[in-house]
Amino acid sequence: MTNASLSKVLETAATAPAPVLLRNLRGQGRTRFEALGLPNRRQEDWRFTRLKAIEETEFSSPPLVPSRIDVTPWRRPDAHTLVFIDGLFSPDFSEVGDLPDGAVVSNLMLASASNSEVVKRHLGSLTSLEDQPFAALNTAVLADGAVIHVPAGVHIVRPIQLLFVAGPSNRPTVCAPRILIVAGEESSVTIEEHHVGTKGTALSCPVSEIVVEARAAVRHVIVQDESPTTQHLASRHVVMGRGSRYASQSVSLGGALVRNEIRVDLVGEDAEASLDGLYLTDGNQQADSHLTLRHEAPHCRSHQLYKGILAGSSRAVFTGRIVVEQDAQKTDSTQSNRNLILSDDAVANSNPQLEIFADDVRCTHGSTVGRLDEDAVFYLRSRGIGRDEARRMLTQAFAGEVLDRIPLEDLRDDLSRRVSEKLALIERSKDEA
Amino acid sequence: MLQLKDLHVAINGKEILKGIDLTVNPGEVHAIMGPNGSGKSTLASVLAGRDEYEITAGEIIYSGQDLLELGPEERAREGVFLAFQYPVEIPGVSNTYFLRTALNAIRSHRGEDTIDAMDFLTLVRDKAKLLKLDEALLKRPVNHGFSGGEKKRNEIFQMAVLEPRLAILDETDSGLDIDALKIVADGVNSLRNNERAFVVITHYQRLLNYIKPDFVHVLMDGKIVRSGGRELALQLEDQGYEWLETAPAPVGA
Repeated sequence: MTNASLSKVLETAATAPAPVLLRNLRGQGRTRFEALGLPNRRQEDWRFTRLKAIEETEFSSPPLVPSRIDVTPWRRPDAHTLVFIDGLFSPDFSEVGDLPDGAVVSNLMLASASNSEVVKRHLGSLTSLEDQPFAALNTAVLADGAVIHVPAGVHIVRPIQLLFVAGPSNRPTVCAPRILIVAGEESSVTIEEHHVGTKGTALSCPVSEIVVEARAAVRHVIVQDESPTTQHLASRHVVMGRGSRYASQSVSLGGALVRNEIRVDLVGEDAEASLDGLYLTDGNQQADSHLTLRHEAPHCRSHQLYKGILAGSSRAVFTGRIVVEQDAQKTDSTQSNRNLILSDDAVANSNPQLEIFADDVRCTHGSTVGRLDEDAVFYLRSRGIGRDEARRMLTQAFAGEVLDRIPLEDLRDDLSRRVSEKLALIERSKDEA
Repeated sequence: MLQLKDLHVAINGKEILKGIDLTVNPGEVHAIMGPNGSGKSTLASVLAGRDEYEITAGEIIYSGQDLLELGPEERAREGVFLAFQYPVEIPGVSNTYFLRTALNAIRSHRGEDTIDAMDFLTLVRDKAKLLKLDEALLKRPVNHGFSGGEKKRNEIFQMAVLEPRLAILDETDSGLDIDALKIVADGVNSLRNNERAFVVITHYQRLLNYIKPDFVHVLMDGKIVRSGGRELALQLEDQGYEWLETAPAPVGA
């Protein structure tokens, strides 16, 4: 499958000025993307994904200078902030502030131009372009992105906010931000990554590469709240060293199609990864989460909790693959995918996949697709709480299990409010129907 | 206050209640006793407004209104309260948030001002003491991870906060040890007054040693087969229910 407008976008990107390192990567990405083409539903991994809009929309390159829009509603006052609009760095809106010695929070263009060792060593090293067409597309049009380097032993206390605003221009735009996070030994950092946009249409295909070195801790919150016509196909690859920690919460609220491909390699002993997700879909929205956790070393732990709330004719796909290699004895891995269906036409697919080659491991998985507990609804009503209010409280509580894990209080409260607003909209549209 | 007239109730086409007549006046405590499967819990569920039951005949009048016309939340707002036999666990909804939402729904219905978080906290602290309920439980999700006794105390605690006019206790004593039973009974007794009525549904008379009823009714096979005072409960404790299956009801009961 192809989309002729994307060829033009690739062409434009290939000639855009950039440091050699980035130009070389673009070349590799382009070759790979042209070989792969857009995915189609005959491919197993894409069987349930609605791709028509991506095939049929006429996409353009992002403008040469970022659009001027008001980003204040999304800005976090207490964070080190980098702002990108349609994938382009916006120095005017960004505010990094004071960082500990040696720490880097920068845009990729600048970091590459200043010959950053971290960029040279890691950029493009984690992401497999082999079977990921949208990671290949991102690489082919690579323009800018965020680089975070926390040197060994450094703790960045305030959160780092990466704010990506997609699609404010009038034409459908390809938006391909790149994120590189390297947490050195015994360092720690908290990152909140926002993909937002209220209007316009974007093909948003961010790629994140995250290296968590020995005994480092990375907390990572990802919020996707883009315009209703935006197609969001993100790839994230995390490599974890000995005794390291990586905990993420991905909250997906907006967009038409949102697909997250996440791969975590537990390479060092005693590493622990926690991946939580919440998707709330309505209308024709689709939210897909494809996780692969690869246990390569002994004594590692991984936990996945993905919860979905589906209304309208929306759909969700969860694929959770846990690979435990032969050497990865004493692996402890849990996976849970729970879906709450609010309408007759919403559909959730859940596919756990376990591939275990070690013999002394504990792996559990469970998935549910169900309705609100009517006994609980009755219980609340029997105390005087109205039916709609009871349903809203229970749905919010269902989401709360994931939201409560977000380590940033302000963000947690904001998202709680956003979820509650969206649930109210869903209720209202049901009443009108 | 509450009048059941020839109430017939079926579920899935099977008749469970076969003509119940019962009158409860303000200030009275009525105990409804009966063996398993006699229809006790069906009666409690129908009064609270569960909709899977079919009312095939008869009526329920509550304070001059047709109770069966009201949804469960409307009944609660009109002052009906059911203490559940099996309180439902609601993960993710804190006890205090839940109860404040409920209390404010009831207060709004009565045309009273809603209560703010601070005043509410003072109120629930007092009531929690009454039920010897650990304050930590107030912040926890509703009934989630509570012991059996804590769940039952939480029901009576809710009752103390919501101050209903008609409280129905469905097997509140089941699963309670004697200490918990006393706490629950003390809680109920402290809420007794001339305005408030109780319907206490129980299999055993043990609870009635602590909550002393004005009237005792025996429910068997969907009918009230005998009514009397407290002494009837004691007689049931001595003799079980079997003798009632054969003995004719005394005239006038």
